[in-house]
Amino acid sequence: MAKFLDLASAVEEMVHDGDVLAMEGFTHLIPFAAGHEIIRQKRRDLTLIRMTPDLIYDQMIGMGCAKKLIFSWGGNPGVGSTHRIRDAVENQWPLPLELEEHSHAAMANAYEAGAANLPFAMLRGYIGVDLPKVNPQIRKVTCPYTGEELATVPAIRPDVGVIHALRADREGNVLLEGITGCQKEVVLASKRTIVTVEEIVDDLGASSPNSVILPSWTVGAVVAVPGGAHPSYAHGYYTRDNSFYIAWDKVSRERDSFLAWMEENVMKKGPDAFLVHAGGRAAS
Amino acid sequence: MSMAYTPNEMMTVAAARALRNDDVCFVGIGAPSAACNLARLTHAPQITLIYESGTIATKPNVLPLSIGDGELCDTALTTVSVPEMFRYWLQGGRMTVGFLGGAQIDRFANLNTTVVGDYHKPKVRLPGGGGAPEIATNCREIFIIMAMGKRAFVDKLPFITSMGHGPTGRERRALGVASKGPTRLITDLCIFEPDPQTQEMTVVSIHPGATREEIIENCGWTPSFAADVAETRAPDAMELEVLRDILARTKAAHGG
Repeated sequence: MAKFLDLASAVEEMVHDGDVLAMEGFTHLIPFAAGHEIIRQKRRDLTLIRMTPDLIYDQMIGMGCAKKLIFSWGGNPGVGSTHRIRDAVENQWPLPLELEEHSHAAMANAYEAGAANLPFAMLRGYIGVDLPKVNPQIRKVTCPYTGEELATVPAIRPDVGVIHALRADREGNVLLEGITGCQKEVVLASKRTIVTVEEIVDDLGASSPNSVILPSWTVGAVVAVPGGAHPSYAHGYYTRDNSFYIAWDKVSRERDSFLAWMEENVMKKGPDAFLVHAGGRAAS
Repeated sequence: MSMAYTPNEMMTVAAARALRNDDVCFVGIGAPSAACNLARLTHAPQITLIYESGTIATKPNVLPLSIGDGELCDTALTTVSVPEMFRYWLQGGRMTVGFLGGAQIDRFANLNTTVVGDYHKPKVRLPGGGGAPEIATNCREIFIIMAMGKRAFVDKLPFITSMGHGPTGRERRALGVASKGPTRLITDLCIFEPDPQTQEMTVVSIHPGATREEIIENCGWTPSFAADVAETRAPDAMELEVLRDILARTKAAHGG
C-alpha cells in the first residue's frame, strides 16, 4: 500500500545519490515540486531519464544534480533551447553531462517494456538515421517469423519513478486524466515511486471507467502538493503557464540570473510555494 | 485588412494548401502546426490532426505552444497514451502524412535537429529528434516547412536526425522503406518536390515576388529547377484573415 508522506520525507526516503531517476509527464502533469525538493536536498550523480527534459531537468542539471541524461527531445517547447542543459553539454557547467539519446518512439517503447517486465523493446524505427552511430544501446533484432530487421533498445527500469497525478483517494489509489503520456508505464517500471497529487479526496471521481488509475499497491509514496505541476498544468485544475515557459528563456540564459532565480524560488522555498498556482478545482 | 503579406505568411498558406480534407496528419510543433490548423479552418475542415502527446482529431482554437497544451486534449476526439500513439497509430501505419520542420535540411530532404559540429563536442546542441525519426519513415508521405537560408539549407548535414531520401537519394528503397518520404518542401521563397528519377528536391513553384537568384543565394547547394516552374498562387483574403486571426488569438492566449 502507498504511504502518505510529506514531500521532504518522500524524497529523503525514495531518492538517493547515484540513482537512476525518471520523472515523467508529457507537457501535462510534470512533477516540478518534486524536482525542486530533489534540488533542495542536493541529490548528486543522478542518471535522469525523461522523454522531454524541458524546464524541470534544465533546473536540476543547472543545479548539479545529474551526471547523465537519457532523453529524446531536449528543448523549451515552442520557445527554444534549454540553456542550462546546453551549458552542461557544451561547456561542462556546472558539471559534465553524459548523454544517451533516443527517439520518442524508442523511449515510449522502452518504458512499456519496463512495465511489461521485458528486457528490451522493439520497434520499426531508427531507419536511415545517425543516432545508432552515437548510441551503442540502439541495436537490432531479426524477426524469427518474417526475417525483418527491427530496432531494439533496453527496457527502462528506473530505481525511482516520480510523477504528478490529479488526485488520490484515502487508500492511496491514484487518478490521471487528460494527456497521460507514459506515466502509468513509468510507475509500473520503477522499483520505488513518488506520486505527488493536486488533492487527496474521499472519492477519486474518475470521469470514465477507463481513466488511468494506479492502484495503491503499485505506488510507493503519495504526497499532496496542490499546484505541484506548475508551470506545467493539471487537467481540470489549472492551465499551462505558457508565459512562464517564455520568461524562462531569459532567466536561464545566463548562469547568474539562473542561480539567483533558483536561490529565491527554490532553495528558500518549500512545496507550499506551489499552492498559489493550484487555483481550486475547475468544473470539468 | 491588408492584402500585403509576408514571405512567412506565403509559406504557411502554401503549406496549408498541400493538405487534403481526408488526410490523417501527424503534426509537428511550430510552423507545421500553424499550417495544419490553417488547412483545417479553410479548405480541409474534416482533416484529422494528431499530435504526439496522444491527442487524436484535435481542433485547437489557439495554436499550442507545446506539443501537449491542454487545448489539444480539450478539443480532441480522444486522447491516448504516448506509447500507444507511437505504437498503434504511427507505427501502425495510420498516418497519411507527417508534417515536419527542422533546423537544417539537405538536397535529399534529410533533416538535422540534433547537433551542429561533432556529436560529442558540439558547436551547437539542438533539441534532438523527438518523434521525427519514426514519423519520417512510418507516415505515407512527408511534407516539410522551412524558411530558406544558407545556414538551414546545407550541402552536407553534420547529423541525420530523420531520413528524407537518404544521403544519395537511393537509401529509402535500399533499406526497404515502403513509404514515400518527403514529397513536398514548402519554403518562404518557393516549393520543392523530389525529382522523379534522382529524388533530389527540385524547385517546382516560385512564390510571387521571389526570384531564382534569391533562391540560389539562400541555398547551400546549387538548387535544380524543374523544366516547367509555376508561380505559386498568392494568398487570398480568406486565407490571410484566418491565419492572422488564429495567430492573434494565440498571441493573446500565451501572453508572449
